[in-house]
Amino acid sequence: MKNLIEIRWHGRGGQGAKTASLLLADAAFNTGKYIQGFPEYGPERMGAPITAYNRISNKPIRIHSNIYEPDYVVVVDDTLLESVDVTAGLKKEGAIVINTVKDNDTIKKLLKGYEGEIYKINARKISEETLGRYFPNTPMLAAIVKVSKIMTDEELLNDMKGSFKHKFAKKPEVIEGNMKALEMALGSVEKI
Amino acid sequence: MSIRERLSGNEAAAIAMKQINPDVVAAFPITPSTEIPQYFSSFVSNGEVNTEFVAVESEHSAMAATIGAEAAGGRAMTATSANGLSLMWEMIYIASSLRLPIVMSLVNRAVSGPLNIHNDHSDAMGVRDSGWIMLFSENNQEAYDNLIMAHRIAENKKVKLPLMVCQDGFITSHSIENIELLEDDIVKKFVGEYNPDEYLLNKNNPIAIGPLDLQSYLFEHKAMQAEAMKNAKQVILDVAKDFEKITGRKYSFFEEYKLEDAEVAIVCMNSTAGTTKFVVDNLREKGIKAGLLKLRVFRPFPAEEIAKALGHLKAVAILDKADSLNAVGGALFQDVTSAMFVNKKEVPMVDYVYGIGGRDTKADDIESVYNDLAEIVKTGNIDNPYRYLGLRR
Repeated sequence: MKNLIEIRWHGRGGQGAKTASLLLADAAFNTGKYIQGFPEYGPERMGAPITAYNRISNKPIRIHSNIYEPDYVVVVDDTLLESVDVTAGLKKEGAIVINTVKDNDTIKKLLKGYEGEIYKINARKISEETLGRYFPNTPMLAAIVKVSKIMTDEELLNDMKGSFKHKFAKKPEVIEGNMKALEMALGSVEKI
Repeated sequence: MSIRERLSGNEAAAIAMKQINPDVVAAFPITPSTEIPQYFSSFVSNGEVNTEFVAVESEHSAMAATIGAEAAGGRAMTATSANGLSLMWEMIYIASSLRLPIVMSLVNRAVSGPLNIHNDHSDAMGVRDSGWIMLFSENNQEAYDNLIMAHRIAENKKVKLPLMVCQDGFITSHSIENIELLEDDIVKKFVGEYNPDEYLLNKNNPIAIGPLDLQSYLFEHKAMQAEAMKNAKQVILDVAKDFEKITGRKYSFFEEYKLEDAEVAIVCMNSTAGTTKFVVDNLREKGIKAGLLKLRVFRPFPAEEIAKALGHLKAVAILDKADSLNAVGGALFQDVTSAMFVNKKEVPMVDYVYGIGGRDTKADDIESVYNDLAEIVKTGNIDNPYRYLGLRR
């Protein structure tokens, strides 16, 4: 991993993009990194576009601004591709990961000539199969780990097992589903 | 052994309060400080602290309840932001004039209006002359450390003043970052017991607190408050020295970052200092002698020490995250420039009002300030010392 990785999340209020950014921060922290995980708060409401950020580094992080030139972008809801400039400032050596079932040409057109790598994943299908409901954040967490190689698949799975146990202490029945969602997502990221 | 953790600034403040385990916490929720009493009330429910938590109906009552608790002889804490602090206004002055060492977490946010929930320092700047000690924090670690040191400073017999620990709303209060925590028993030992000399619940020494104080004595009492604020300076340094012994982390009135051999420098407070360090490092790689003075102790204001630290520079920019709307410049600018004048240091200085209402401050913005300073050094010209940074025109 290079010294500092910057990630920007685009989602809609209620989909868990903020939670996913915090979980990613958590997982990276557990592998010994310095981390930042923070949302950009606007008028928070269900369905409104929201942005969240991660910095992950081998050295202490001092900068306290939003991220304008991310290495990676995660799009949790593909309807945002039409209304938000998701590749703004995204480095061409970097990559974008999108939760979508759109065909590759449509995606490329919506990204207006972004030159870096583009990945897609059907987080809805994975979530509905493993959790019985649509919670895209868990599959997207696995997808960005796969693409950015911040940690190995094993590190992610081991760490999240502990995190889920803690997070879902009162709902242990969802732990297995979330772990399955991670595993499935790690194997379902598709480069286009 | 310190504990490696990752916490938001609000979590860090709540954990510090848990480890301090005060007698009373009274608070009313307000964004972005809401999580502090929220987390703390769960510590109360879970029996992790012995604190009496008073869920008051307003911030005025929150401050009134902490005043009552401290006057009774207890140790009391609260947390608030922006308009919550505005509603405390009357009681803020009463807390300091009664010499009650209340400790508050102030999560800085713009004071309305129009309504804005995001960060600037207008709330803190509004109470800068109210007789509270004011510490500012770059990140979650400093918000935590400052709270651990707070009671030792505030409760010192030569001080006896309330103290607020500031951190930037959302920017640090809601950002998860690495932090080193102390073990509970080490904090407990460091903070110590609170044994006030005089208090209302001491039946052996009945006293009155807060009676009428007219022409014959109020002036003298105010002078005593002023003296206590001067005394706080040495106490702040002494407590920092003890804190360094248990943590290895050094604190003073301010942090000098690559300032000693700098030619140009920025003076600022809270999270912007982190972004400025990032920029200073980049500029240093290009051979530009940039530095930073990050102010931690805003009240008492370390005027002489600041003048000494900045006296050798060729140009200095002050960043004010609140506009004083006075046609002159922000509060920090006025304090720093007057410190320089009184201490006979002549350095070209400019003020930048920035970050108002949560306007993000980018590394590029900070770099542009250093570029402006280089221009001032080159030409000697400051057309307008009262400037904006990041304002859309």
